[in-house]
Amino acid sequence: MRKALASTHFVKFMIEMFHFIGGVGVLSRDVFRELVHGRFYWKLLMEQIYQVGIRSLPLVVITSISIGMVMSLQFGLGLEKFGGKMYVPKLLAVTILREMGPVFTSLMLAARVGAGIASEIGSMTVTQQIDAIRALGTSPIKKIVIPRVLACFIVLPILASMSNIIGNLGGLIIGATELRLDPNFYVLKVITTSTIPDYLSGFGKTFFFSLFISIPSCYFGLTVKNGTKEVGIATTKAVVVSSIMILVGDFFLSKFFWILERL
Amino acid sequence: MTTNRQGIIEVVNFHKSFNNRKVHDGVSFYIRQGECLGLIGGSGTGKSVLLRSLVGLEKPDQGQILFKGKDIANYSESDLVEVRKKIAYVFQGGALFDSMTVYENLAYPLREHFHFTESEIGEKIRAQLLEFGLPEAEYLFPGNLSGGMQKRVGLARAMMMHPEVVLYDEPTAGLDPYNTKKIQESIHKMKEKGVTSILVTHDMPTVYAVCDKVALLQNKRIGEQFTIEKLKQDPQGPMTQFINGESA
Repeated sequence: MRKALASTHFVKFMIEMFHFIGGVGVLSRDVFRELVHGRFYWKLLMEQIYQVGIRSLPLVVITSISIGMVMSLQFGLGLEKFGGKMYVPKLLAVTILREMGPVFTSLMLAARVGAGIASEIGSMTVTQQIDAIRALGTSPIKKIVIPRVLACFIVLPILASMSNIIGNLGGLIIGATELRLDPNFYVLKVITTSTIPDYLSGFGKTFFFSLFISIPSCYFGLTVKNGTKEVGIATTKAVVVSSIMILVGDFFLSKFFWILERL
Repeated sequence: MTTNRQGIIEVVNFHKSFNNRKVHDGVSFYIRQGECLGLIGGSGTGKSVLLRSLVGLEKPDQGQILFKGKDIANYSESDLVEVRKKIAYVFQGGALFDSMTVYENLAYPLREHFHFTESEIGEKIRAQLLEFGLPEAEYLFPGNLSGGMQKRVGLARAMMMHPEVVLYDEPTAGLDPYNTKKIQESIHKMKEKGVTSILVTHDMPTVYAVCDKVALLQNKRIGEQFTIEKLKQDPQGPMTQFINGESA
């Protein structure tokens, strides 16, 4: 009995998974197709850049500086035992540039922006505003989805780059105050040991992460069917799926950029 | 394909199912230019689904939807743009864009499909709001309007493109007598301009007040279709029984 129930749940999960993959695929195709054809809504894009970018800035600043400070402290305490405190700037800079900056910024955006996108579009779907856009002879993909997808695509790499700087600044504060490292030495080490490939491998990932956030969030919002309860479910799904896609995708993208660097 | 009846809209053998539950099983009806058809039927009989299909918001599983003789049932979203300029849809709750003011809501179709200047758009909106008895609503957001006013703004927005056909989904549901009368007057005005209308409703006084004919959706098909005069002369028929609450 329990086995049968478990297999039913598994089948249901797999069906939902295939629906999601198919739905996201179709939505991505529509976004690309409508992006290159017809009218483009610059004003809506600017509004979304403000919503996604400027309004996420405080969250990114707080997260980045905290991560930089914590990591600096942990590296410092760990390496002090082996007399390797002076390696903290190099280690921290590379870790932030390659992983922590892009991944944490993306996760923060998945939580803030992904949830916002799914709930806003979900509410519009429930109140028939998406239908109204269609009934008035316009496209919800053009009016709603493309501005959000593009805004994430433009803003996330910029925010991640800012996060890199702020994270290293957090590391410098702790390096100078708690670890008693010379600030000039710290800055010099960060600048001389960080390479362009370190930065680019993290920066490049954010373009993919932006799509992992915006397209599933739009998809979950557009597929809300049965009232306001489903808006909440769609919002949760958007955040969970985006976060999982970022974390799982990070491994494969790291591997991809690592191969590129070796060419 | 066209039929000899020359309806502006003609539905032929329309089938639609949701999750293996058949909602429509061969629905056929037509409406001539300038007529007003009341589509009635029990809850869950798929009246709104049928209405949504007429403007491409739902796709039929089988059958034809002819608009001016052209089958639009399988039109793509881009092909439907031209159709949707001519067939307006008035949503049950108004479906106003809640992040925009009433002015912005009414300006939406004009900015999307025409090349008017902002002052021309402003003039047209103010004239429209005056016609629909909403001159002070211009800068209000939908959240600040009553249900009746939201429906009237929804109706005003639908009319901004001067459609040839208007589809009304429960236009008077939940409204007080004053707002019901205002909606009826608006539908009358549209009729006078030669606009074809289809009303999905449970509100029989409105059907009697504005419709030329009435169709009953029953047992997944159009059971009966009468003119209002003929309906009044048929006190024993299924439609009269439905209206009197004697059958579902």
